[in-house]
Amino acid sequence: MPSGSDAHALVVRNLRKTYKDVVAVDGLSVEVRTGECFGLLGPNGAGKTTTIEICEGLTEPDSGDVEVLGRTWRSDTAWLRQKLGIQLQETQLSDKLTVVETLRLFRSFYQQGPTVDEAIALVQIGEKRNARVGDLSGGQKQRLALACALVGDPELIFLDEPTTGLDPQARRQLWELISQFKAAGKTILLTTHYMDEAEILCDRVAIVDHGRVIALGSPDALMGSIEMPPKEPRAHATTLEDVFVALTGRHLRDD
Amino acid sequence: MTKLLDHPLAQLTLVRAREFLREPEAIFWAVFFPIVLSVGLGLAFRERPEAVLRIAATPELAEVLRSEAHLDVTALDASAARDALRTGKVALAAERNPDGTVAFRFDDTNPEGRTARSLADRAIQRAAGRVDPVKTADDIAREPGARYIDFLVPGVVGIGIMSNAVWGLGFSIVDTRRRKLTKRLIATPMSRAHYLGSYLIWRIALFPIEVVIPIVFGALAFGVPVRGSWFLIGALCLLGSMMFSAIGILVGSRARTIEAVSGIMNLVIMPMWIVSGVFFSAQRFPDLAQPIIKVLPLTLLLDALRAVQLQGVSLPSVWFEVAVMTFWLLTTFTVGLRLFRWK
Repeated sequence: MPSGSDAHALVVRNLRKTYKDVVAVDGLSVEVRTGECFGLLGPNGAGKTTTIEICEGLTEPDSGDVEVLGRTWRSDTAWLRQKLGIQLQETQLSDKLTVVETLRLFRSFYQQGPTVDEAIALVQIGEKRNARVGDLSGGQKQRLALACALVGDPELIFLDEPTTGLDPQARRQLWELISQFKAAGKTILLTTHYMDEAEILCDRVAIVDHGRVIALGSPDALMGSIEMPPKEPRAHATTLEDVFVALTGRHLRDD
Repeated sequence: MTKLLDHPLAQLTLVRAREFLREPEAIFWAVFFPIVLSVGLGLAFRERPEAVLRIAATPELAEVLRSEAHLDVTALDASAARDALRTGKVALAAERNPDGTVAFRFDDTNPEGRTARSLADRAIQRAAGRVDPVKTADDIAREPGARYIDFLVPGVVGIGIMSNAVWGLGFSIVDTRRRKLTKRLIATPMSRAHYLGSYLIWRIALFPIEVVIPIVFGALAFGVPVRGSWFLIGALCLLGSMMFSAIGILVGSRARTIEAVSGIMNLVIMPMWIVSGVFFSAQRFPDLAQPIIKVLPLTLLLDALRAVQLQGVSLPSVWFEVAVMTFWLLTTFTVGLRLFRWK
């Protein structure tokens, strides 16, 4: 492909996906550079999860092209499954298994990658290695999910709302882990609706609404580009949240 | 060894084993329930070998009637004897009328009452000097294999195999899907055949327990015979277990919630509990329904199992059941796989 698969870990062009009469993704295009942490931001129902699941090969798009690590799902499914690390929104791992049993299961699916003990050390869950998943806290479960995404030593990691529902300490701990993967040279695509998360973790973000990209750039560039209305009294400098609200509006999204 | 254990199929099967063994209820249903059921029903329907009938008689008659070994006679005055009959304590009340004749009071719709009357009548006539013109002799035959408990034990083995396979697979598959864990698993390089295969392997690992425990228990506690070969019994049960596992996969292939799959399971299992001859012979249902009842999965398994265990037949005699069970196994597995909702 002319886009150059070395420079881009993920290329998405003109993606469309409709569920019955709801248009979830409406001509979305995005490119993720190798080695960067890219954020998909958007309100609920903007099409983030549908987009990421199409990229993960779990959902078929109605139209559009997806190229992951220079390959397509149609021709290289087995190869891609070995190379990707995936963490889904709302997956509940089996409550009755222990941490180490869960990781050993996931590790068995991959040809290469860290040992189970290395993965446990990577996400700092060693003190819970023999605890049942059902007895873990939300943050510990999320770190285990992250470890499950890493046991195949992936080149590209997809994280769908990795910190949703966690308390501030657990979120910060998870940010630290994700920063470490970034430092280790992994490419990361994450979705979030926490603006602070995107500001801290992401090199570039795409703001998505109604299934399209409505803004794209580094968090700094986006914050510089928005003229805040003067009537808005603010005690702080422009944040990504201001950009987000200015672009997507103030009305509530129910789903 | 470690290498082998790190194979995905081994790891997935270990998940099945761990999820089962860490669920105390599952162990109860698989292991103890068949025994509890056999004991309960076996006790309720056991024969009383010393079939002694309790009757009441006025004191003078009671003396005469005590010569009959099969009667347990209580001497009561006439009104007390009638009370005892009315409350079901005795099957017959006998009293002497003033004119010397004997009156029997009993319920003629109660077989025990009629038997007691015959025995009492014979005892009184013989005591009065009657000599039976024809000599008769009893040749007692109590044949294991023809009793209710003998019929019941293969039935309990059959429903154990059916319930454990259909519930075990159906629930586990739907619960994994409900947790979005199925979707997470297929996002890995895991093979779908390994995933479903792990369920089948775990069923095979469990089935000796389901089969051997009730049969051995029946043999030890009630003397239920095992006339056919253990090997053939095992092979039939294995085929049955695989067939019901495939049905379990089909039952769980689409449902997204536990409620939905419970409904489907009841729809599949309940009719067979009733018509397939677990607790009483399927022959009792109308002739018109017999062709359908005969080819239901559970009927096939029970017919074959009873024929081999109780009558000691060999494989050629149960070829029909084996063929149709294989048909069920292949078709339900193919359809279940085709319909399976992975995401």
